[in-house]
Amino acid sequence: MEKFTTLSAVAAPFLQKNVDTDFIIRVERCTGTPKEQLGNYAFEMARFLPGGAENPEFVFNQPRYRGARIMVCGEFFGTGSSREMAVWAIAGMGVRCLIAPSYGQIFFSNCFQNGVLPITLPAATVEALAREAAAPEAKPFTVDLERQTINGSVRFEIGARRKKMLLEGLDEIGLTLALEPKIAAFQAADRKRRPWIYPA
Amino acid sequence: MTGRTLLDKIWDQHVVEDLGEGVQLLHVDRHLMHELSGHRGQLELRKRGIRMRDPGLTIGSMDHVVSTAPGAKGGNAAWADKMIDTFRTESRQAGVKVYDIGQDGQGIVHVVGPELGFTLPGVTLLCGDSHTCTHGALGALAWGIGTSELTHVLATQTIVQQKPKTMRARFDGQPARGVTAKDLILALIGKIGTAGGVGCAVEYAGEAIRGLDMEGRLTVCNLSIELGAKIGMIAPDGKTYDYLKGRRHAPAGALWDQALAHWQTLPSDAGARFDIEHSIDCSALAPQITWGTSPEDVIGVDGKVPGNKPEALAYMGLTAGQPIAGTRVERVFIGSCTNSRLPDLRAAAAIVRGRKAAKHVKAWVVPGSWRIKQDAEAEGLHQIFLAAGFEWREAGCSMCVGANGDLVEPLARCVSTSNRNFVGRQGPQARTHLASPEMAAAAAIAGEIVDVRQFLN
Repeated sequence: MEKFTTLSAVAAPFLQKNVDTDFIIRVERCTGTPKEQLGNYAFEMARFLPGGAENPEFVFNQPRYRGARIMVCGEFFGTGSSREMAVWAIAGMGVRCLIAPSYGQIFFSNCFQNGVLPITLPAATVEALAREAAAPEAKPFTVDLERQTINGSVRFEIGARRKKMLLEGLDEIGLTLALEPKIAAFQAADRKRRPWIYPA
Repeated sequence: MTGRTLLDKIWDQHVVEDLGEGVQLLHVDRHLMHELSGHRGQLELRKRGIRMRDPGLTIGSMDHVVSTAPGAKGGNAAWADKMIDTFRTESRQAGVKVYDIGQDGQGIVHVVGPELGFTLPGVTLLCGDSHTCTHGALGALAWGIGTSELTHVLATQTIVQQKPKTMRARFDGQPARGVTAKDLILALIGKIGTAGGVGCAVEYAGEAIRGLDMEGRLTVCNLSIELGAKIGMIAPDGKTYDYLKGRRHAPAGALWDQALAHWQTLPSDAGARFDIEHSIDCSALAPQITWGTSPEDVIGVDGKVPGNKPEALAYMGLTAGQPIAGTRVERVFIGSCTNSRLPDLRAAAAIVRGRKAAKHVKAWVVPGSWRIKQDAEAEGLHQIFLAAGFEWREAGCSMCVGANGDLVEPLARCVSTSNRNFVGRQGPQARTHLASPEMAAAAAIAGEIVDVRQFLN
């Protein structure tokens, strides 16, 4: 997994509430579209007009936000379906950091599996950052994961384990495979406690 | 010592390793796979050159991309057939039992898990699907996962997880006739919002929950994710044990007795404390229906459309202040992991019996599993639907998510027993109203949204 240390990039304000994963990536893009092409279809219902032309009003189509790698989002971003393609689609557009008051829980977990940092901050702080990102003289944001700051001043919280995994680009499957003796020991003891769980 | 919750007890029994700061590695007792998310995890595992650790703790079914057209035996397109075949082949090579198309046991994963007795009280159960919260109705600790976590389960039979906060939602009083499990949970979502349960495992309790059959409890837990909670649970009781006994994957003989003794220790202790408490007075509820593009946009069917979300109203083609009843509908969908079980179909058939669907309405009934379809046909329910002009289809997820191409036409309005009314969920520009099977059946007959209580006598 790609490491996440610091990121200096344009931030796009997108404060719509309850953005669901169906809206981020339509189900028919989850059935056969290769992972690396999903970015082309992120937010397609808002990003393109019927007929396929770009919707000039959608935030990512505005020249100043093209290439944005940070999104400042509304409450409960990524609600709904567990489809990890929603994260792959956002990452496919180049976005590596989200800032929102809250997230759909499965989407939130999926972000960490893909080197995307979802930062949770109070709604008022998120709104202030969105105003900054929307200001005519807006500068790129700098997110420093080691220091847990945005633009040097706004502090955010993150669990130590998740922070380390992002900073070092660690793979969770690899880490857990190293715990195999513990898993085997758990099952051996559990077979005695709850034998009905395991096949004969 | 304060009492412990159902969540506390199950959680503690599954900790393999404490990873610090409240994050733990938990054993996964049960893993359900379907072709759409399952095959992607299988291919990722193959790419990494890792063998599946415990194929005996996973079962699979085909649901998302199968065709539900009457008599269909596969996908509805070449890509779907290819996906189904990949899932079938990878599962066979790994030694995973798959309930395949046309077999007893096939159906929507969240319908067949309980139906097969694969879902049990006290187990951890995961599936690559957000509605895995459904299984909590049997007293399981169950939630949905993405592709990476699914691959992690295949490789290690564990999951890394932070313990959630606890919420208890009490449903007091007895609901009136025409008010169902679906209405109870929609009312709660309307009250506390789709983000009301973020970070929580919700335990549903109270007189009205105890009064529900297992299928009704599955409906309640199914919509936990629409409350923002990826976990919903109901303490197991006599109804749970009666439901499970004799099912294919449930323990039998001496193991049943041993399991039962364990399950009876699981319900939350009397003194257990929850981080958040909510309650709903069920006796005051009308049948519920959504009017907007989030499940929290819900009112009683005797209510008027609110004006607080103009964008949602524009999408839905509704006007603030109009009564929701009397709104013309073109499609009706009775199905999905929310409401496709035998009692749902019986309740809908009781409304439909001796009546006809309105001429302009295309109404579908999609049973949740192969077994439910057979059982419904043995009771003659299909004849009631067919005589009324409904389509009687094969088991699958169908129009709830549209992954198989079962879609509502642009701008058409659908009363649906499913779980999500998001923008575009049932198809581009499709307008979805979530409601109970009884309400959906009544809408098909009337050709418009109607109070099902007018049909009860």
